[in-house]
Amino acid sequence: MAEAVDSVVDIQPVIEVQNAVKRYGIGDSTIYALNGVSLTIAPGEYVAIMGPSGSGKSTLMNILGALDIMTSGKYFLDGIEISSMEENELSIVRGRKIGFIFQSFNLIPRTSALHNVELPMAYQGIKSKVRRERALVALGVVGLSDRVNHEPTELSGGQQQRVAVARALATRPALLLADEPTGALDSKSTADLLDLFDQINAAGRTVVVITHELEVANRAKRVIRMRDGKIVSDELNGERVA
Amino acid sequence: MSVLEIIKFAIRGLFINRLRTALTTLGIMIGVASVIILLAVGNGSSKAIQASLDRLGTNSLQVRSGGGGFGARARASASTIKPLTILDTVALTDKTQAPDIKQVAPIASTNGTCVVGANTTSPSTFYGTWPAYYEASNTSIQSGSYFTNDDVTQARRVALIGQTTATALFGTSSPIGQTMRCSGIEFTVIGLTTVKGSSGFQDGDSLVLIPITTMENTITGNQPLSNILVEATKSTTTTAAQTELTAILDARHGISGRKTADFSVFNQASLLSTASSSSQTFTTLLGMVAAISLLVGGIGITNIMLVTVIERTREIGIRKAVGAPKSAILTQFLIEATILSLLGGILGVIAGFVGSHFTIAGTKPVIVPASVFLAFGVSILIGIFFGGYPASRAASLRPIEALRYE
Ligand SMILES: Nc1ncnc2c1ncn2[C@@H]1O[C@H](COP(=O)(O)OP(=O)(O)O)[C@@H](O)[C@H]1O
Ligand SMILES: [Mg+2]
Repeated sequence: MAEAVDSVVDIQPVIEVQNAVKRYGIGDSTIYALNGVSLTIAPGEYVAIMGPSGSGKSTLMNILGALDIMTSGKYFLDGIEISSMEENELSIVRGRKIGFIFQSFNLIPRTSALHNVELPMAYQGIKSKVRRERALVALGVVGLSDRVNHEPTELSGGQQQRVAVARALATRPALLLADEPTGALDSKSTADLLDLFDQINAAGRTVVVITHELEVANRAKRVIRMRDGKIVSDELNGERVA
Repeated sequence: MSVLEIIKFAIRGLFINRLRTALTTLGIMIGVASVIILLAVGNGSSKAIQASLDRLGTNSLQVRSGGGGFGARARASASTIKPLTILDTVALTDKTQAPDIKQVAPIASTNGTCVVGANTTSPSTFYGTWPAYYEASNTSIQSGSYFTNDDVTQARRVALIGQTTATALFGTSSPIGQTMRCSGIEFTVIGLTTVKGSSGFQDGDSLVLIPITTMENTITGNQPLSNILVEATKSTTTTAAQTELTAILDARHGISGRKTADFSVFNQASLLSTASSSSQTFTTLLGMVAAISLLVGGIGITNIMLVTVIERTREIGIRKAVGAPKSAILTQFLIEATILSLLGGILGVIAGFVGSHFTIAGTKPVIVPASVFLAFGVSILIGIFFGGYPASRAASLRPIEALRYE
């Protein structure tokens, strides 16, 4: 897959991380969750991030999703430097550019699927009518048209995660980030969700998934392995890239 | 994102967390209502004291023979006591020497038993006086008519009686126009006085009033007055009136220099100030209790608000993760807190007004308007501050910090 490598060079990358460091604690208890990570991801890529527990995958993902800030290093999203932004600007980036999917779903409790999906669009100031239509379309895409008025507790784990995917998709983000999205799901729901990711990627959206399941990683076109806060391998369909 | 949209979020938030909403509202409501009611009770009791003093007549002074007595301007007893007489009374009506005295009534007092058929009663008050007495003593009639100056000059055998005396002598039938025999003399009852109630140990309605001339002519002979009732022009001129009457009586009784007076003056105003200052102490005390209950209520509100925000920090994290700016979250939580406080405050004011309709501890509460605004205002400020402050802290967290919050 040589063209993927070329695209990294030619086209403006979606993600460009330079020498990211994330340090927790001070003195003896200092931990480097990220210890000099550099990474470039081009539009339309489907990347899986693997690695043992505690290797810094979530830390990296949270920084990519603008949910957290790094100790040092630079992060460009769509060519715009995120690492120097204020909280207020970051909230706009989160809403417009990024769709984030968590292992624990993170839906607003006691609130219908429809309202949950509408939420990011509401904060963007999208009119309620448009918002509703788009939310219903997104829920249709994830196959939950008949569950729009259900609250999270009335949905199965797989269904909740699909609501979360619909919420991430409805804002039409450039980037879909998922931190162990299938971690809490059974194998049937996992397969459904992976099919959904394939579709999303096929439609041209960049997808980055953290996983420790090979089944999940095999769907991706590029696999990045981490250990102790560093990238230890970066392969396309099994071949080494970097 | 429009404010309207955020208000919708806030209202939805309140509906979703119904129990918490209900508890917070209840807490604020109780705080506000208790402040209003407690202060109303304090105010009511001081109003009641005021009213009973007003009934006594706050501009009235009593002059008695001799010295000493509670609330008296005692001037010690002299070796030779000149009794108080009608002439003393008349001297006090001199407008040039006593401009602050409105009117003066002599009081001759006796003990006697009144009889109608088989019914007898001994009125605790049996006075001979003249019409100035009515106003100076706050006495009015509920039926019949007063005796007049003409009745006094003619020494007619007419009487006003109080309700207790009337019931004792005539039962339920009207006493007006009926005759009774008091101290062996026959009187026609021409008026029934308005019920005064009892003050202390004395039943104010066990009463017989007759013209002073009639009393002197038929019962007591020419005996000294038991006292003179003086009414000042206003409650504020009572002290001036007292000075004037003292000067007049000093002159008439030959009191000067070292010679001590042979009469004493009782001032209702001094009684009034004692009573009202003690009722003020009572109100202050209740006010403090109210302040404490508002404080406790405030701590309750604060607690619930804090717990609310901690409980909802994760939700705040989710909202931030999907692009909510800090301002939108802050506004939402502030609106929630405001709605809660307003709702609780309004319900508290309603409960306070309803509660103040009942007699509490023997007192009819009278609402202090300032307490309503104070309680309402304080509860809302507390609600907004303690709703807003932790929310603003939570909203300032990075999304990932808020999401991790357990
Ligand atoms: N908030 C935090 N405070 C301190 N250490 C943290 C924090 N978050 C993560 N870490 C540490 O950083 C390292 C990487 O964590 P993480 O990115 O969650 O790993 P992964 O997702 O690969 O399992 C771990 O050693 C973890 O203990
Ligand atoms: Mg992780």
